[in-house]
Amino acid sequence: MTVLQEFEKHPLAKYLRLERFPHIWCEGCGDGIILNCFVKALDDLGINMDKLVVVSGIGCIGRIAGYIKCDSFHTTHGRPIALATGIKLANPKLTIAVISGDGDLFAIGGNHFIHAARRNVDMTVICSNNFNYGMTGGQFGPTTPLDSYTTTTPYGNIEHPFNLVHLAAAAGAVYVARWTALHVKRLTESIKKALQKKGFKFIEVISPCPEIYGRRNKLGKAIDTMKRYRQICEIRHGYDPAKAEITIEKIIVGEFIDIEKPTYGELLQKQFLTIQKR
Amino acid sequence: MRVEIRIGGFGGQGIIRTGLILATASCVYGDKNAIQTASYGPESRGGRCRSEVIISDEDIDFPKVEHPDILVAMSKEAYLQYVDDLKENGILIVDPDLVPNKRENLKVRMYEVPATKIAEGLGKKIVANVVMIGAFAAITNLFGLEHLKESIRHNVPKAFIKLNLTAFEKGYEYGKSLLKS
Amino acid sequence: MTMHREVLTGKHLMQGDIACAEGAIAAGCKFFAGYPITPATEITERMARRMIEVDGMFVQMEDELASMAAIIGASWAGAKAMTATSGPGFSLMQENIGLAVMTETPCVVVNIMRGAPSTGLPTEGAQQDVMQCKWGSHGDYEIIALAPASVQEMFDLTIECFNFAETYRAPTFLLADGFTGHLWERVVIPSREEIKTVERKKPIVPADKYVPFKPDEDLVPPMACFGEGYRVHVTGLTHDELGYPKTTDPKIQHELVNRLCEKIRKNSDKIIRTYKFMLEDADVAVIAYGIPSRSSLNAVKRAREAGIKAGLLRLITVWPFPEKQVEELSNHVKAIVVPEMNCGQVVREVERVAKETPVHFSSKIGGEPHSPSEIFEVIRRAAKA
Ligand SMILES: Cc1ncc(C[n+]2csc(CCOP(=O)(O)OP(=O)(O)O)c2C)c(N)n1
Ligand code: SF4
Ligand SMILES: [Mg+2]
Repeated sequence: MTVLQEFEKHPLAKYLRLERFPHIWCEGCGDGIILNCFVKALDDLGINMDKLVVVSGIGCIGRIAGYIKCDSFHTTHGRPIALATGIKLANPKLTIAVISGDGDLFAIGGNHFIHAARRNVDMTVICSNNFNYGMTGGQFGPTTPLDSYTTTTPYGNIEHPFNLVHLAAAAGAVYVARWTALHVKRLTESIKKALQKKGFKFIEVISPCPEIYGRRNKLGKAIDTMKRYRQICEIRHGYDPAKAEITIEKIIVGEFIDIEKPTYGELLQKQFLTIQKR
Repeated sequence: MRVEIRIGGFGGQGIIRTGLILATASCVYGDKNAIQTASYGPESRGGRCRSEVIISDEDIDFPKVEHPDILVAMSKEAYLQYVDDLKENGILIVDPDLVPNKRENLKVRMYEVPATKIAEGLGKKIVANVVMIGAFAAITNLFGLEHLKESIRHNVPKAFIKLNLTAFEKGYEYGKSLLKS
Repeated sequence: MTMHREVLTGKHLMQGDIACAEGAIAAGCKFFAGYPITPATEITERMARRMIEVDGMFVQMEDELASMAAIIGASWAGAKAMTATSGPGFSLMQENIGLAVMTETPCVVVNIMRGAPSTGLPTEGAQQDVMQCKWGSHGDYEIIALAPASVQEMFDLTIECFNFAETYRAPTFLLADGFTGHLWERVVIPSREEIKTVERKKPIVPADKYVPFKPDEDLVPPMACFGEGYRVHVTGLTHDELGYPKTTDPKIQHELVNRLCEKIRKNSDKIIRTYKFMLEDADVAVIAYGIPSRSSLNAVKRAREAGIKAGLLRLITVWPFPEKQVEELSNHVKAIVVPEMNCGQVVREVERVAKETPVHFSSKIGGEPHSPSEIFEVIRRAAKA
């Protein structure tokens, strides 16, 4: 039996564009885990794959859109949320998931993130936070910890990183959670919850980049990073996201925000009905 | 025949609306061609304001006013700035209360229409521009009266149609009286 | 009651920008995303009021990068989509204009050109973005751009833009100068039945037989939209006919990029529209587009009165450039005059095509269009030389 034939027998294979495998990610990269959890969530929910659209930006994680067997758009760097806004508003029946990187969503695309959250456009945004720009060879980005080494911080990083869950909450997201690539079950559950909830939902996934970020910062193999996650992660649901800064000693994970708020689509629908009556 | 009209004043006087009413009357309700352009930008926010209308029996190719046949000046500034562009023997209509000290020996036909005062008499200063339109119609004879009234109805808020039509009539009468004298 | 709201049949005095918005609605535009900028703001404001009345979607985005991205997304969700902007915003849109080209996304981008570079002259018209429109995004590509010269054309050509965008699956541009955008003039809007609109070509095969980027004979692939069950993957990377990234095979890049260009070039006879005035016996031809073409028309008439055999070729389609028409003309006139509200853009194309025929350029920047006498002077000089 060929590898592909074996692969086809996997219960989740029907969600993937098998002809596109093997994927581009390095061994031990967290992006494969995110794909796995996402697809498992789709399966658990019995999502109608004809009505799901996955949108990504540019970066290692950005390739994910091309692996999932649904309508998908691999956009320009930084613009997946803006493009997804157009898709969702033009066809409100579609379920939208944006999966992209820390650089894509919070550096070049940061403005789109805060405004989509503010508008409460109905979409689930999942960020693979690997603390650097993997695709371009490991430069620092908006989540790179202070003092870390990257190709553009050869003497150590002097920029303060974003606390993404705080940022998302402040911008107005109705659901905000953080997990790591270690928390496979909880991440899957979180994705399920987000996909079923209305409004702008955000999940940060701390994801190992052993090949580049890990190597340069002497974090060992992916397995070592995973072990470290187990040591330093603390699950605190409902914790104040403002205080959930990531440090070397501690990563607070869990569901920080879970609130209800009318979505852009709902408010528009209401306005629409009034206008049509005139 | 191509007629070029320039209307000058300051923001809030309805200068641009005046241009639109004239243009609508001739090209939507009448069968002439018309164009309206306005000076735009900082000037339209309370300061100087200018609207230009071209009316023609033929297609209008070049859409700008170079030397107006008619100038309506609703402010001193507009008067000073534009009066020299007016064609020889052109028509100059001014609101004398807003444009004092007019120059002597201009080769133009000048008419003084106290539009603001007349409008105040009607209880609403803002219809001064429509009083001016009435006088304009009487003096120039360029428009069908019904076309102008239709255009006014179309261009002002519903609640103010009656007031504006009265203003128009008042201006028209005043214009006629100027022609007689 | 909503029936007639989409086409405001009748005679109106309208501003160019508003006529453009109404043209879009008449063409079936159901999605507008934009960010305010003079002198295109009136389009955005009109759409904010109107889209909801016609079951359409209006969204004011956070910037022009987002606006351009949003209309691409909306188009893939099945809507006819448009954005409108001016110079600074147009610059911000360039990367995603390339994305629209590469992903063959039908969409309309309106640029009401104002004085530039940079913030330039916000309230003054110009024609300084003509080359940017053709070459502004990185790479080789072809787009379609139409240049209106009247408020009626702001209406008519916006419809035409949608029809071209949907036919050729390419971003299509209404390239108007700020003067025309802000001009008020009569527009006659025909009845709905009289307005010709085009819908994009859809696949006729089931999902498992569908090859998303495999072109038909006209070089345009049928387009399945999101949610229709075809499960399409769309990427800005160089891709094969399945839509999958193929970034190490030079043949794929060669075929794809050439097809994207050829689908416009090969169909240029169907896309190019010009207006000719007194060219049959002309010695001097004026080639103009947008507002200077109106001054040119006047100047040509004056020249004829003065005994100079002048004529006018007005470019309604600016891109693809009407090479054949200009070349033919250059073969039987003695001189060509090109007036533009920039420092020389389309004139370069004219010179390239006209070869030996002398070309006289007349530049005007600062907001005022050329006066007829200015162009007349150039015609006179050209006739003498
Ligand atoms: C406009 C633009 N600038 C720069 C790039 C180069 N680029 C590609 S991916 C990337 C960074 C990706 O980082 P991130 O979003 O964190 O994803 P990762 O690769 O880490 O998964 C950059 C800078 C680009 N494609 N487009
Ligand atoms: S470079 Fe890093 S993020 Fe990119 S695939 Fe490799 S391990 Fe993953
Ligand atoms: Mg990253």
